[in-house]
Amino acid sequence: MHDPKSTGSFLSEVIATTPGAETLITCLQCGTCGGSCPSGPDMDYTPRQLFAMINAGMRDEVLRSNTPWYCVACYYCMVRCPKDIPITDLMYSLKRIAVREKLYDDRDAPDWSTSFIGYVETNGRSFEFGLATRYHLTHSPLKKVGVGPLAFELFSRDRMALTADRIRGIDQLRMILDRAKSLEAV
Amino acid sequence: MSYAYYPGCSLTHSAEPYDLSTRAICEAFGLALAEIDDWNCCGATEYISINKAGAYGLVGRNLALASEQEGVRELVAPCSACYLNLRKVDHNMGVYPSIEAMTNYALAAGGLHYTPGSLHIRHLLDVVVEDVGYDAIAAKVVRKLDGLRLAPYYGCLIVRPQINGGTADPEYPTHLDRLLMTIGAEVVDFPLKTHCCGGHMSQISAETAYELIRHLLQNAADYDADAIVCACPMCQFNLDAFQSQVNRHFGTDYNIPVLYFTQMIGLALGMEAEELGIGREVVAADAALAKIGSAVPEVAAPRRPRRDDKALPMPRRREEV
Repeated sequence: MHDPKSTGSFLSEVIATTPGAETLITCLQCGTCGGSCPSGPDMDYTPRQLFAMINAGMRDEVLRSNTPWYCVACYYCMVRCPKDIPITDLMYSLKRIAVREKLYDDRDAPDWSTSFIGYVETNGRSFEFGLATRYHLTHSPLKKVGVGPLAFELFSRDRMALTADRIRGIDQLRMILDRAKSLEAV
Repeated sequence: MSYAYYPGCSLTHSAEPYDLSTRAICEAFGLALAEIDDWNCCGATEYISINKAGAYGLVGRNLALASEQEGVRELVAPCSACYLNLRKVDHNMGVYPSIEAMTNYALAAGGLHYTPGSLHIRHLLDVVVEDVGYDAIAAKVVRKLDGLRLAPYYGCLIVRPQINGGTADPEYPTHLDRLLMTIGAEVVDFPLKTHCCGGHMSQISAETAYELIRHLLQNAADYDADAIVCACPMCQFNLDAFQSQVNRHFGTDYNIPVLYFTQMIGLALGMEAEELGIGREVVAADAALAKIGSAVPEVAAPRRPRRDDKALPMPRRREEV
């Protein structure tokens, strides 16, 4: 058994990449987070369980769990946590590590995020129509019977553009993003 | 007062009515909005899920561009997700030197720099309530929203997480309630007022989102609300555009229009529904508007020309002779 607080542990890795997450070691296991979570029922492990697993160094199980991907970022857990643990931000960190190491079983959520940022990196703005078509046509399209009519509804109300907007400073933005990525910060 | 204005991507298309009504009421209240020139996406909840430094660089560019604007200290965002991202980056850059260094190192590649704290980042709802104030709003009301029962829906990110000294209660705020009362509406109790709309789950795990949307619609229906009033394009989109799918999924028959608080203020100030972008919601607001003597305009869509005048003209059928 290694000391979970030692450098190089999974716990310290997670804390290092999350602003303000030193409080994670003070988790009381009270369960307020899971009890406050709107998508708790869909999660493999509640946030409380996940934090105990991080502490126990169960790296693979934590990174493969669907828990962070079901986080809706509503911040209920965060404002209720008696130890001020930045739970939502920890979920983002776990997603980033899982994406970097390709440790996820269900591709839907990571693919959505990746497609979204692809359009942002190309245009500097999000592109709802491109994102929705690219994503839904490649992810269980037969289950998405409602998507077509919805897109039509939005288009007919002039709420969906068929072409992407691009910012003038896209080259500047790409230089910023390339430099950022060179930091390899997760 | 003069504000740097960050509309965000949603407000350019799917939530354009929010942008139209924001600009209309700000003009009426004498709030000067200077749109940040060439702003980019805030990354929503997606960029930070993939790359941290990139997410900070993305938001940092907007902050740097805004802080270069002459004489502007206040930055206002009507979208709750944009607001939180902008505010969080400014806050974390100020508190954590390593984040400040990381962000400015990335920004320097584009010749930009942002000093944390140089902008005061605020949500439009807070600006309207605090800088205009209830009394000044009441003084401008020419059409009280009498008899209209409204459910005030705050969503998550206006009140959570509490960074940079947010003053509203993170679970049961009341400033939108009071604002809607000020313009004459009857505000219904809405216990789920800060519950989540499902966010991006409506796209990637629809059933998770449908459940959350159903809770909110049912709560508004329980209190006989004529409309849900929101302050975020994601909330509006999920409750409005997915309402029929929620009905199909659960066998329910909700029919509750979802409007922006800016549209309600505009109506109370006597503006026409059309100039506020009303009529572009999926769930029609006719019945609600009829109660206050306004009507939903016909929307001939799409209205803007999508090509410039150098493009080939659209082929038309020859007129019958």
